[in-house]
This record gives sequence, C-alpha cells and structure tokens, in this order.
Amino acid sequence: MSVVNFEKRRYIIGAIACIIVLVYIVRLFFLQIVNDDYKKNADSNAFLKKIQYPARGLITDRNGKLLVYNEPAYNIMVVMNEQHGIDTMDFCRTIGISKQQYIDRMAEIKDPRLNYGYSRYTPQLFMGQIPAKAFSVFQEKLFKFKGFYIEKRSIRHYATSHAAHILGDVAEVNPAEIDSDSYYRSGDYIGKLGVEKSYEKDLRGIKGVKIMIRDVHGRIKGHYQDGKFDRVPEPGRNLTLGLDRELQALGERLMQGKIGSIVAIEPSTGEVLCMVSSPTFDPHLLIGAERGANYQKLYANPHKPLLNRAIMGQYPPGSTFKTTQALTFLQEGIITPHTYYPCSRGFWHGRTHVGCHGHHSPVELNFAIQTSCNSYFCWGFYHMIMAKSKYGSCSNALTRWKDYMVSMGFGYRLGIDLPGEKRGMIPNAQYYDKWYKGRWNAQTIISDAIGQGEVMLTPLQVANLGATIANRGYYYIPHVVSKIQGRDLDTLYTRKHYTFVDERNYRFVVQGMRNAVLGGTCKRANLPGIEVCGKTGTAQNRGHDHSVFMGFAPMNNPRIAISVYVENGGFGADYAVPIGALMIEQYINGKLSESSMATANTFANKIISYGNRQR
Amino acid sequence: MATDNVSAKSIFKSIDWVTILLYLVIVTLGWFSVMGATYNFGDAITLDLTTRAGKQLLWIGLAMIWGFSLLLIDDKIYDTFSYILYVIMMGILLITPFIATNHKGSYSWINIGSLSLQPAEFAKTATALALAKMMGTYGFSLSRTRNMVQACAIVFIPFVLIILQRETGSALIYLAFFLVFYREGMSGSVLFIGISAAIYFIVGLRYNMFNITYTHTSVGEFAVLTLIWIFTLCLDLVYDKDWRNARHMFLGGLTILAIAGIVTRYIHIFDISWVLLAICSGCIVYLCTKAILNRDVKLYLIAIFTLGSLAIHYSTDYVLNDILEPHQQTRVRVLLGLEDDINGAGYNVRQSEIAIGSGGLLGKGFLNGTQTKLKYVPEQDTDFIFCTVGEESGFVGATIVLLLFLCLILRLIHLAERQNYAMGRIYGYAVVSILLLHVFINIGMVMGLTPVIGIPLPFFSYGGSSLWGFTILLFIFIRIDASRNRYN
Repeated sequence: MSVVNFEKRRYIIGAIACIIVLVYIVRLFFLQIVNDDYKKNADSNAFLKKIQYPARGLITDRNGKLLVYNEPAYNIMVVMNEQHGIDTMDFCRTIGISKQQYIDRMAEIKDPRLNYGYSRYTPQLFMGQIPAKAFSVFQEKLFKFKGFYIEKRSIRHYATSHAAHILGDVAEVNPAEIDSDSYYRSGDYIGKLGVEKSYEKDLRGIKGVKIMIRDVHGRIKGHYQDGKFDRVPEPGRNLTLGLDRELQALGERLMQGKIGSIVAIEPSTGEVLCMVSSPTFDPHLLIGAERGANYQKLYANPHKPLLNRAIMGQYPPGSTFKTTQALTFLQEGIITPHTYYPCSRGFWHGRTHVGCHGHHSPVELNFAIQTSCNSYFCWGFYHMIMAKSKYGSCSNALTRWKDYMVSMGFGYRLGIDLPGEKRGMIPNAQYYDKWYKGRWNAQTIISDAIGQGEVMLTPLQVANLGATIANRGYYYIPHVVSKIQGRDLDTLYTRKHYTFVDERNYRFVVQGMRNAVLGGTCKRANLPGIEVCGKTGTAQNRGHDHSVFMGFAPMNNPRIAISVYVENGGFGADYAVPIGALMIEQYINGKLSESSMATANTFANKIISYGNRQR
Repeated sequence: MATDNVSAKSIFKSIDWVTILLYLVIVTLGWFSVMGATYNFGDAITLDLTTRAGKQLLWIGLAMIWGFSLLLIDDKIYDTFSYILYVIMMGILLITPFIATNHKGSYSWINIGSLSLQPAEFAKTATALALAKMMGTYGFSLSRTRNMVQACAIVFIPFVLIILQRETGSALIYLAFFLVFYREGMSGSVLFIGISAAIYFIVGLRYNMFNITYTHTSVGEFAVLTLIWIFTLCLDLVYDKDWRNARHMFLGGLTILAIAGIVTRYIHIFDISWVLLAICSGCIVYLCTKAILNRDVKLYLIAIFTLGSLAIHYSTDYVLNDILEPHQQTRVRVLLGLEDDINGAGYNVRQSEIAIGSGGLLGKGFLNGTQTKLKYVPEQDTDFIFCTVGEESGFVGATIVLLLFLCLILRLIHLAERQNYAMGRIYGYAVVSILLLHVFINIGMVMGLTPVIGIPLPFFSYGGSSLWGFTILLFIFIRIDASRNRYN
C-alpha cells in the first residue's frame, strides 16, 4: 500500500474524536437537561433541611372551653453514621429501656422495609414523645451519646377524658400515608381518628424549614444563602366544635355500663352538640409511648370501645321510624290526618300478623303516633305499596317510598365530618326481587313500616330525623366542627337539605310526638317548662330489645334534637326516654334540677350485663 | 549569536498560535475548575500556597515557563537524544517503586523535597519521542514483523513498568499508541477487532439480565450477536469485490430472523439468540464455501473474524470471573450496572453523575456547586474535576469544554499531517492519541460511561506532574511543528 492511502486515515482518527465528543454531549444532555432525578438527589444530599414543626391547631367546644391542646415533648433522634462508641448501658438506663429494646430498635431503624426512606446520614427517630421530665435527665447526658440528637416536638393533650371518639388522636405516619402526601416525612404525626383525622389539613399547619449546608460527612456548614430560603412555620388552624363539653360529659356518665349511643344535634345549624358512644375510653390512653399497647388493648376488648357507635352502629330504628312513614303517607296522599285504621292488637291481613299493644280502635294519625300503634303504620304502608293504580306496581311504589327515605337522609352516609360513617340500609325493589326472587308484596315486607325488617339506621341518622322534624322539613348535614379559624366552613354543612315532605305535614307529626310526651309512650320525657316532642322505639333484636328515643325540644324554635340508643335496654321508655330527657334538660337549662340529678345518678349506676361475647 | 536570534524570531513567526491559544484557554478554565472544586463555602478567596487553587496557579506559571523554554530549545536535540531520554526515563520508572511512598496503594510518586512528582506522566513524552524516532527512520514499516515487534516493545516496556507501580490506569494510556500505529500503516482490522472486542464485552455484560419484552431473549445476547452479524456484513462489503455475497448473507439472515420473530410472537416463545447464532454460523459456512470456490483468502479472514467474535462473546463471563482481579471485577460490574453498590465502587460514579446532573442547562454558577464542594464527589479536583465543570457551568459549560478539547485534537491532527518528516508526524499523532484517550476515559468515567480508571483530565486536573507532563508533551510538538520548514 502506498503512503497516500494512510494519509486518509487522519479522517478516520478525526471522526473517532468527533464521535466520542458527540456521544458525550448527548450523554450530558440526558444527565443535565432531560433527567431531573439527579437534581432532586443533589438537593437532598447537600442541604440539610431542618424542619420547623408548626404547632397543631387547638380544639375548643362551642362555649370556648379547651378540649385539645399541645404540650412540649421531645423526640430522640439518631444519625447512624455518627453514632458509635456510646455507652449503651448508660444510654438505656437514662431513657429507661432494656438493652434488648435498644438493639431491636436499632435494627428496626436500619431496616428499610420498616423504616421507609432510611438513610444513615439523616436523623432517624429513635424514640418519640419523651415527656419533659425524662427528657431533662437525658439532655444532661446528651454530650456522651454521640450521634443522638433531640428534636423538640409537641404532644397532644386532652383537657378532659371525654369525647374520645370525636376528638380522635394523632400517631406516627405509616408508609402509605407518606407515599400519598408529600407533606409527611418519616416520624411525622398525623390524625388517625375523629376530628384529628378529618381536619388533619387544617390542624397540621405549614411546616417551616431552615436550610443548612452540609458536607458529605453530615457536618453542618452554616445557613444556605444566609437563610434567604428559610421559612417560618405557620401554626395549624384552631377548631371550634359544636360540642357542649358539659352535655357530652353528662351523656358519657349516663351511658356508663351500657352499650349504645347518644347523638344530639342543634337543628338550626346541624352542629353536633354531643356524640356519645358507649363504651368509650379515655383519650389520654392514646398519647405518647404507651399508645401502641393501649390501642391493642382497646382493639381486643370484646365490647369494641374504639367503635364510634353513633356513626358506625347500624340498628333497626324501631318505632321512631313511624314518624317517617306518617310523613310519607301524608305527602303521597295515602292517608290524611283523619284517616282511621283498625287495630285489634295488631295488623291482620291474610297470613300476616304484626302485633300491637292494647288500645282503642280504630285510630287516627295523631293517636297512632302518640301510642305508637303498629297496625296503623302497617295499613298505611300496605295501602301505599299496593296502590297499583297510583304507582303501577309494588316495585314502583317501593321505589317511591325509598326516595322519600333517602330524602330524609337515610340509606346513604349523611356526610358528617368524622371518618368511618356507615350508611345504614334502606331496602329497594331490586333488593327484594333478589331476596324473594321477584315474589313479594306489601305483606312480605310489612315490618319496614315499623322500623324493623331490613331497615337499618345509624344513631346519627335517627338524631338527624329528629332535627328534620324539628325544622319541619329540612336538615343541615350534621357536623362536629362549627368554626375553623381563618376559613369558612365547607358549604356542604351550611346548605339546607329539604325532604320530599311539606312543612304542613310535619306539623301533624310534631303534634303526635308532643302528645306522646304529654300522654303517650314518652311520658317520662315530660319536663316542666320545656315543651319536649319525642318518639320511643323498641328495636326488636335477636337478644333483648334495644331501647330507643328520638326527640327534640322545645317544640317551637327547637334547640336540640336527640337520639338515644341503649342496646338491650328493653322498652324505649325504660332507658332511652329518661336518658334523653336528662340530656335535653341539661342542654336547655344548662343544669339539672335536684330531682333530675338524682335520676341521673341512678341511671349512671345502672349496668346492663352484656357478657363477653364479641359485639 | 546573531543567527540564533534570527532563528528564534523566525521560530516565533512560524509557531501555531491557534494551538497555543487553545492551550491557554483550556488551562485557564482548568484553573477556575480547581478553584471551584476546592473552594469552601464561607472562605475568603485567597490565592496563597496553602490553598490548592493557589498552588495550581504556581504550577500553571511554572508550566508556562517550561513551555516557553521548550519553544527556545532547538528541536534537533529530540532527534539526537530521544533514545537516551527514553532509556533514562525507563530507568527512573524502574526504580520508582523502590523509592516511592505508598500513595493510595500505588507506588508511582517520588518526593523531591516538598514536591511530589509522578514519573509516569513524563514517560509518555519520552515514549512518544522514542517511538517517533524509531518509526520515522527511513525504511521502517509496520508491515514488517520485525519492525512491528520493535515498535510494540517501545510501548510495552513503560506499560509493564507502570503496572509494576500499581498504576494500571496510567499504563492503559499506552494503548493509545495503537492509534499511532494505525495511522502509520497497521492494518485497520487490528483496531477494528480491538474495538469490537471491547464493545462485545461491555454490551454483552451490561444488558445480559434484561430480556426483550415478551421473549426469553436477553437484550445483551441479542445485541452482541446482531453486532457480530452486522460487522461481518460490513467487512464483507469493504473487502469483498463481489457485493452479492453481503446481500445474500443480509437477506438470508433477515428472512430467518423475520420467521423466528413471527414464530416466537404468535406460536411458541423461544430464545431468538439461537437463531442469530445460527445466522452467524451460516455466514461463516457461506464465507468459507465462497472462499474455496472463489479462491479468495479475504473471505477466510472475514469468517475467522466472525468466528473469533463469537468466541470472544461466549468467553466474556470467563474473562470477567477468571482473568480480572477481584477489585477490577467489581469496578467493571459496577460500571456496567451489574452491581448496585452505592457506597462501594459505584458510589463515586453515582455521586459524580448526581453532581453533573444537578448542574442543569447553565449550572449553579462559579463557586456555587454544592455537590463537589461539600466533598460528595471524591477526587473532585483531580480525576473527577469534570464534575465541577458540569455542576457549576451546566450543560453549556461542559459542552464548551468538550468542544475545546475536540478543537485542540483536530488542530493537532492538522498540524501532524503537515509535517514534512515522518518523525514529526508520528510524534504529533502520539500527542493526539494520548490526549484523546485521556479525555475519552476521564470524562466518560465521570459520566458513568467508561470504567473508573484513575487518570487525570489533561490541563484540568489539579497537580503539577500531570499539568507539566501534558504541557511538555504538547510544546515539544509545537516546537517541532514550528521548524517544519527549516530545510526548505
């Protein structure tokens, strides 16, 4: 080959150089422009963002009395990379743990499956919420424990031991919560139950940040750009609840030793005045280091104290449901206030029989409500469902009926601002078609008319029924939070919801309920000076019947609507009515009379035996 | 004396100022990078000799003096003394491990007073000169085995000596001289085979664990076999007068591959790499048959290339596990992404990628890089200096630096080609090859593209030895180039 040939190789060598540089520029382009993973990584590497935790919002009752507040507490943090050569025995003794606990906790921290986002260069939570006293000893010895740090946090405190279900609690975030909201970092606290959970975003505030520069060894090199990008934390919003602290306390006292619930609503606003679920628990149990163990204990209790029966319990409404039937039949023109139905110790039609207690016959609406006549409402229901000329079929009739029920807030969640609400049950035609394979009629489902059968309501829905009747035809979605500092309440809670029934028809029902108190089933709710309207219920149950009361007061310009459920309490009049009356008296008068006080003590000491079965 | 003055003047007239300018710009940018890499947040900017930036300024000043002095020295001495220089240098390399102190496991640094020097950096120049002298001798031809062996010996003596100092990275740079051999007539196929083998090795291992979607075929296997097939076709196209052979092998292979694709997609999933192996084997058989029929030796050679490629490919696992040393294995594995050991060998590469990546389009600004300065990146002012460029001046700055190096290399190729004497040209190409390989490996490793081999970025990395080494290497060539027309 001649030399000339080789000379051309300069182009090949030049091309190799060009290709290399070109490939590298492309690589740079991907590293620096396309992919921003690297940028994020660099930020978390070189900046130590010291989070400044905001104070969580306070919670007060409707009268401004404090319910939940903050107290300082301390977290012990550890940076694994810096932690070495400490006297483990001394350390354990100081914070009161065993050596094994120390070893286990260290292993937990290092396990990325348990400790999400673990890094040995960043502070990890070793032990949370150390009370101020234990902390002071630790702080003195801190210099000996290299790699351990203290982080000041606050711990939730409860002013009373009441309303645990409503207030809820806070606990460390879990990995799923960290994933779903970028606000949280490992070791943060989040509301887990009650208002703490449903108003988490208001209560938590906005975190502040101090950006520190640090080198690869984690040593702090000072403020980044003299704190230009630092942010002061914004405290969380304070909440005012509709709750009346005294009323709640009385309710919890009255329900001692009984399973059930009391829900009271202010009809003119939908604010929840009290919400008792019994058995309850002391919210202090779920604070601090003991939270986990106590939670397990409560969870294992067969009577399920953690369950908020007021919104999660689903019961047959019993006779309180008759008011809804009266309203529906009146509005649909099935009955008039002067329609008479016979009752000879019950409803008899074909092979169907629904029993009733002894009273004169026939009865009209007012007296039917007053005395809680089963037969009257069965006949009304029968005539509505079988009104083929009006509705075309049983199915259509039942659908119409169901729509009335839904308009009154049944069958779906009302939408209270607490987590875990249940929807109850209003059966529809499809349900019975499936159940009875299409062969059903009014007789088959007659017990729905008296709040038995397939109908299930939550105590909240029953209380809301009381509020709706008190308002003569509308309700606000019940809510426990009445005011949020710095923003308006969700319009969801300030909008009236009208039922399908006219105000004029409500008046007949109100009158019936007033008569029930004056001379019917609710006589024990007849308070001097307060015009109480009420309706008892005796919800049939596999065991002993549930005692139910639904009412409101005063009759005109009502201030409180209430539902009381006492599981296995027997007749409505036995437990629910007197308890309801005491609650109404307490709220309207602000105190109990002396005789009522005695009654209250009696009921507070009454214990119903439930055994140890899971409930 | 008067004639000397005249010659000095004429020399400065014929100096290639473009190269000098490029050199000055690169060195200046390099100094700013060292400054950026070693600056501590909050410190006042001082340039005394306690800081690395201050020291580097001194090294740069001295380098300028060496460079200027070299321009004054008559280039005839290189012709005369190159062998002697080479022998002296090899002697120094030989004794270095015995007098050197342990520096991170290598024995390549000699302490002279407070100054540490790395003889290996200067040996490159001596080797390049000796090689240029030898290959520039009249009648020397690489196609003659004897001469080839001589040239290789010149290269391999320092190669081995530096390996003895446990500086494998610096030693690998001597492979750059094969590019010079290529320019001077070594068969291109040697270069081609070498590069191909490297590609098979890296691609095969890198993508071995991933399967092509919906098949049982590993991406690495598929890619390497396809490359072997395509390389075979390319060789045939270049060396075979009958282009129909390449066409037959291409269309035949494509048909078989298409059928296999349909079968695996719709009928039965199997490993397509076996089909590719069959295609490659088919090519070998086809080439051999044609070679016999046409009596064409070149076709045999192509077939041997294909066969050898297959052999290399199927022996990479063996090479990795049984030939390389454990720490080299780890480096290769981490580089190829086979091991994700963030805090081990891969940590450096990962951190340097983060540093460069965080620079964005325009960078964080001079002295504002957080990653490099806070010592996340190791060797930030020496081997990983390019991180600082990427972080502080972003994509734009890093690209400019790359283009500056490209300009310098292309300029040097141009200068080398205009030499009237083989020795000048060969020396020029030696400079080109050394610079190119340094830039290729150093910047590649910082961006995670090439293995982490501890070699400096020319004119950028902190340190007197490397800066002076490269300056001397370059300025000798500038001086040789300046007097190219002396006897005309």
